Amino acid sequence: MHAIEETIKETCKKLWDDGEVNRILAWEKGLFDHDAAPALFRSRERISHLVYNEHCGGNLSKFLIKEMEKEGKVLVLLKPCDTYGFNQLLSENRINREKVYILGVPCGGMRDERGLLFKCLSCKGNDFKASDQIIESDLSVPAPVPSGEEEKLNKMTAEERFAFWRGQLSKCIRCNACRNVCPACSCIKCVFDNRDSGIETKANSDAFEENLFHIIRAFHVAGRCTDCGECSRVCPQNIPLYLLNRKMIEEMNERYGTYQAGENPEAKSPLTEFKESDPEISAEYGKGGVSSC
Amino acid sequence: MLKMPLKCLDALFLELSKEHQVFAPMEKAGSVSFFPWKEGDTVCLDTLLTDHSPKSFFFPQSETLYRARREEGSLSIVPEEAEEISSVYFGVRACDRRSFEILDRVFLSTPCDSCYESKRRNGYVVTLACENPEDTCFCQTFGIDPAWPGGDVSVWIADGDLYWKSLTEKGEALTELVEGLFEAGDHEKAEEEKAKIRKKLEALPLKDLSLGRFEHPDSAMDLFESEQWETLSDTCLGCGICTFLCPTCQCYDICDYDTGHEIRKFRCWDSCMYPGFTEMSHGNNRNSQMQRFRQRFMHKLVYFPENNGGVYSCVGCGRCLRKCPSSLNIVRVIKAIGESDAEGGNDE
Ligand code: SF4
Ligand code: SF4
Ligand code: SF4
Ligand code: SF4
Ligand code: SF4
Repeated sequence: MHAIEETIKETCKKLWDDGEVNRILAWEKGLFDHDAAPALFRSRERISHLVYNEHCGGNLSKFLIKEMEKEGKVLVLLKPCDTYGFNQLLSENRINREKVYILGVPCGGMRDERGLLFKCLSCKGNDFKASDQIIESDLSVPAPVPSGEEEKLNKMTAEERFAFWRGQLSKCIRCNACRNVCPACSCIKCVFDNRDSGIETKANSDAFEENLFHIIRAFHVAGRCTDCGECSRVCPQNIPLYLLNRKMIEEMNERYGTYQAGENPEAKSPLTEFKESDPEISAEYGKGGVSSC
Repeated sequence: MLKMPLKCLDALFLELSKEHQVFAPMEKAGSVSFFPWKEGDTVCLDTLLTDHSPKSFFFPQSETLYRARREEGSLSIVPEEAEEISSVYFGVRACDRRSFEILDRVFLSTPCDSCYESKRRNGYVVTLACENPEDTCFCQTFGIDPAWPGGDVSVWIADGDLYWKSLTEKGEALTELVEGLFEAGDHEKAEEEKAKIRKKLEALPLKDLSLGRFEHPDSAMDLFESEQWETLSDTCLGCGICTFLCPTCQCYDICDYDTGHEIRKFRCWDSCMYPGFTEMSHGNNRNSQMQRFRQRFMHKLVYFPENNGGVYSCVGCGRCLRKCPSSLNIVRVIKAIGESDAEGGNDE
């Protein structure tokens, strides 16, 4: 890992000196050995503080939105999985491709003090779906390990599943970290923050609102969620939000054919495109929609 | 000093619950926080810090203040009756206990906040010494002693026994309730346990953290103008985890909830990290994330002590160190801004 870090630093310095980029989104050392902190490097000298190791779990692409207002190109370090979120933002015009230089960095699985990150257990592979340059290495991402939780949930009765989600969602403190970190949640003003929307909520005042926020969010990111796992990673209450998103993905794949958001920025998500072959949901499943979920 | 075998904890809780609602750290859906205890529940005394901070005992995330409804052409406003339920909070750590003193300064000073006051008055705080402090703990920076946690009653656990020491009138009242379960405890034993804890504290990575420039209120303006705020806040997501989990963050908003039949006026936690915080008719007074980020730490380390006889609004619990998705936290701020001698000092 150390050699890779050195190569990254050298590459960054070179791109800086060539005038290609004028700032860098990467990581610096956090407080402890097991934590690397996302940081924007605004000076060349600071590149010496850049770190890249097995604690760089977060996806930096969301920070790019803010960078679009500034002059010049920003260099961003993206791991293979991060490029899906990047493409998603790109396809929604939240990022200007011309203003970003992507340095693809290899990944061997990311960890925190408890071990391999949960999201790395369902890694999408070593391929970069967007890049300007890739740091070569023989590192390889961990092989996927199915969580089994999805099947467990599918096997539950509707009542059991409702009880499961009530238990989980009642822990939610509405910090909105899941939303703020999400590369698919990029509205300039979220409906839940908008006083004029009539549903602005700063806290869940009851069980209904607890459910409401998550159901609306899950529907809103349907077809755009890349299953990156960032929402579950950041949730301070350990709510397995990935289960909600994967359910939506499963349902959509079944009806519209397999689709991976963020794989290709040119592709149209099944919910933003109309094909004559699309299933007529209410005709097929009755007016109440899909009865199985 | 009294003692009883730890395995009789259930009996202790049962005795306490005859007169009080007992809250203790328990696991629910994969996360440990304080929940009302009932017979048969498992208490997690090994969990150092609950995910949710105990501030919600007295300052819940949302609470109704009054309800307004239209009745036959007139408007009726019904204030929410304060519930007078006496509660025992068992297993509060020293840092979280200190946070109550900080909240008291906000909510009990004139004009006294009656919602908070009634819950605080009816609350009995039983603290638990920190047998195994963690790397993120830096309570010592604020003069907090995890070996001697305070509250109405302090509890230590050593060699399978629970040691109980009442410290206040409220504590005496609790002791009277449960005395039957205890025998006289060896003072020495608890002292040994304290010494053990203090030794572990010596080994913590943040034990020498000092507030540096944040200790000198005359540098407030310099601190405010530090260029480091920009660098530190670049990757803040503005999510507010740090404020909601923090035991001393105290800001709230007052909102309406239209149920369709009535308007419920409620107050709920708010976060200075949010763009809509303290929004007024002219718009917002802090319109960049840097300004919002700066506000959080200036409030804790400069404004609050300035207005409260030097008391900081941080207790070093380390929740923000554990949970910030961007690894930003108060210690990094202290190190970058407090410990640097002049501008830009720590950047390079
Ligand atoms: S991150 Fe977790 S606690 Fe925060 S709003 Fe999302 S689900 Fe709720
Ligand atoms: S997994 Fe979560 S954070 Fe990632 S795109 Fe889907 S909803 Fe957003
Ligand atoms: S400092 Fe961290 S926890 Fe706090 S708002 Fe920013 S990103 Fe969220
Ligand atoms: S600022 Fe962080 S360490 Fe300090 S009391 Fe709040 S959560 Fe704990
Ligand atoms: S910060 Fe101090 S009092 Fe709080 S849990 Fe850690 S050791 Fe205990």
